Amino acid sequence: MFTRRHMLQSALGTGAVLGASGLLPAWARPASAGNTGLTELAGSQFDLDIGKFPVRINGRTTEATGINGTVPGPLIRFREGDEVTLNVTNRLAADTSIHWHGLLVPFHMDGVPGVSFPGIHPGETFQYKFAVPQNGTYWYHSHSGLQEQVGHYGPLIIDPAGTDPVQYDREYVLVLGDWTFTDPHRVFAKLKKNAESLNFNRPTVTNPTGLTGMWGQMRMSPRDLADVTGETYTYVINGHSSADNFNMVFEPGEKVRLRIINAGAMTLFNVRLPGLPMTVVQADGLNVQPVETDEFQIGVAETYDVIVEPTEARAYAFVAESIDRSGQAVATLGPRPGMRAEAPELRPVPILTMKDMGMDHGNMGGMSEADGMKSGHEGHDMGSANVNMPGDGMPAMDHGAMKPDPHGPADQPARIESDIERGPGVVNVAAMPMSRLDEPGIGLDDVPHRTLTYSQLRSLDMNPDHRSPEREIVVHLTSNMERYMWSFDGVKFSEVTESIKFYEGERVRLTLINDTMMPHPIHLHGMFFDLVNGGGMHMPRKHTVIVKPAEKLSADITAEHVGDWAFHCHLLYHMHAGMMQVVSVVPTSFSEPMPATMEMDHQGMDHGDMKHGEDM
Amino acid sequence: MTTSSLKRTAGLGLIALSLAATPSLAQEAPDNPPWNQADAIYGEEAMAKAREDVLAEGGDQKTFYVLFNQLEAQTGGEEDTFYWNGQANWGGDVNKLWIKTEGRASLEGNGVDDAEIQALYSRAVAPFWNLQGGIRYDIEPDGLAHGVVALNGLAPYWFEVDASAFVSENGDLTARIEAEYELLLTQRLVLQPRIEANLAAQEIPERGTGSGLNSIDAGLRLRYEIKREFAPYIGVEWQGAFGGTKDFIKAAGGEADETVFLVGLRTWY
Repeated sequence: MFTRRHMLQSALGTGAVLGASGLLPAWARPASAGNTGLTELAGSQFDLDIGKFPVRINGRTTEATGINGTVPGPLIRFREGDEVTLNVTNRLAADTSIHWHGLLVPFHMDGVPGVSFPGIHPGETFQYKFAVPQNGTYWYHSHSGLQEQVGHYGPLIIDPAGTDPVQYDREYVLVLGDWTFTDPHRVFAKLKKNAESLNFNRPTVTNPTGLTGMWGQMRMSPRDLADVTGETYTYVINGHSSADNFNMVFEPGEKVRLRIINAGAMTLFNVRLPGLPMTVVQADGLNVQPVETDEFQIGVAETYDVIVEPTEARAYAFVAESIDRSGQAVATLGPRPGMRAEAPELRPVPILTMKDMGMDHGNMGGMSEADGMKSGHEGHDMGSANVNMPGDGMPAMDHGAMKPDPHGPADQPARIESDIERGPGVVNVAAMPMSRLDEPGIGLDDVPHRTLTYSQLRSLDMNPDHRSPEREIVVHLTSNMERYMWSFDGVKFSEVTESIKFYEGERVRLTLINDTMMPHPIHLHGMFFDLVNGGGMHMPRKHTVIVKPAEKLSADITAEHVGDWAFHCHLLYHMHAGMMQVVSVVPTSFSEPMPATMEMDHQGMDHGDMKHGEDM
Repeated sequence: MTTSSLKRTAGLGLIALSLAATPSLAQEAPDNPPWNQADAIYGEEAMAKAREDVLAEGGDQKTFYVLFNQLEAQTGGEEDTFYWNGQANWGGDVNKLWIKTEGRASLEGNGVDDAEIQALYSRAVAPFWNLQGGIRYDIEPDGLAHGVVALNGLAPYWFEVDASAFVSENGDLTARIEAEYELLLTQRLVLQPRIEANLAAQEIPERGTGSGLNSIDAGLRLRYEIKREFAPYIGVEWQGAFGGTKDFIKAAGGEADETVFLVGLRTWY
């Protein structure tokens, strides 16, 4: 499998002056420019230069801030278990950083300025050094300011130390992005001044849903699907717009692995290849039991690896459509280089419903999903007994206060829920949050083909930690769209006075309740979310989960690595507006004694059972 | 007039209050950092600075906004005039400095009729509402100062509302209520109905103002947003006087109500 791979170094540093394609690393070039689908294996030492440089996107020259002169940055590829050294040199006038998204690095190598390190100052070279006990498709990006919006991101692949359970003949990396020719600080300022000014799909006199009724009364818009839309963004795949046509080649009958990374700043994408089913084999870098589907919604920062097996010698479109249907990026997978698949029309724009406002009193159906979790997950009853009504008059509680539900199951985790700060920053608290794990995402409910849901995902490997969580921490996702304020529990990051505490070695449940009308891809650094989706010992382990409007979902987390870890919405401008916190994993010596059930090995970076499942 | 000086003091008090109530602009560092585990590796000083920066970047940005809702020529009435109505604000999500200006000048060489400017401290008191207080100064016609209290925001069903009460340095109490609505005919063609009413608690003869409802301007403006920030418009407005004010106008030989045609520009940054 690996014999087809060459050294990445041969591809690095060749670009710069060769025009549009020359500005891209080999793996991101269209097939017509020489990419045959082979990717290269890199070494264990990488030199990454952060600077400003011109790029050409959608036929227009513009300036990017990025890595080694290309957007996206170079594919970083190494082998599982190898200790890698990454020298990052800052050639900007401002501070920069690189965060290794989804990698379980020691916290001081995690790359978040002000949280895990001081940042990389102009002219400095910072050396990252780590070995991680994982493999799969990941990515990396700046965690400084709004640099991620202007090109400071790239893909990262860790090849398995052993046999890859995923079989394939050819592979491509597809980095999805949302490019803007406007300064991102101006984009953010526009959102602050006039939050709906970038939306060109607002209610009108001929399409008035949202002007009257509950929507009008609440001053919320059912057409508020994305803050920044195709009016501002040019959607790109590996830096190529639809017009630039990133193209990939295959031989009929081959298994082609597509490693899809959503490196957008603000855009959830609907991904499909019309006429070609996809088999999802990996989510967020970790293998999942293969599931065949026709379309999935990918949140910002999520990754999915899929296998496609085109048998006909024709060009297929790879379509990444913005969730609000205001634009798309189309690439081509064809039998010959340079083909251009027919791009499908943008589909009708979905409209949010009262369910998305958490007001759908008539429909309690969502709760049955939670009930379904009982089967594979005894003792973790998420059912009605444990349903919390936000704003139910609980007295103000400290983060440290615990309050088990007297009516809940016997071994329920202690619940920790802060009072939401009901200031100008919080418009709504979902009265009836529900599980929506069995839904594919906004706009995909009624498409005439199969769609992927979180409830379908099962980890290929057995989960390494089967303990029941001792504590449950509830966090509300809160906002005021009108003022463009975004927060957790009504508290903006700038107002945070205390981090969320996890205790080293504990198994803790994090429950997220979305009180806003938007889906939020929530990312916790340094730990995986074991998504409580009824998967029993095969819960999918994710670094980023989409929490849909009015959704309540839970993830069990093993707090293994002491340190301060960023926890935030991965929509860049939401994070910038305050939807961020820090989770401090503190040594157990600081807290109550270790629970008797603790038997995990926490030596070094050994994450226990990292073996791979059987071949698919 | 003791009442007026009292009221004047109240007006000044509002300003003082607004200055005192902006402590968020100079936040003091907390005694205990909210997290600090990296301090042991990279040093307390380096981390403290970076921590301060990352916190400020997470929702403490200050925004400057300027909107000219109306910059327009009005024609078809007694005299062709130029009318402006604009505002600007600067600050964080909750506390802002808010400037409002409104006025009218002759397009027939008769100078500026009215020109007022307000400087207000604005505080977000609810998700959709700002409570504002400060001063208003009428450059024209008479250089009069007022204390201002205003409630400004977005009412249910998307009505934008600004209700202000004024106490002049002479102790006269007046009020102004503005309400407007943005009806999108298409994504760029917007019809804006707008109404402004002026009221007074007493007669103010030197300004030709009666007590009670003085005037109503009810307009319809149709704009095309070439960019969201740049929208030329045309419109029509009915401008009517009532009660004592109407009598003053009639006594001076003027028209108590008239309908004017407008052409103008709505722009923001």
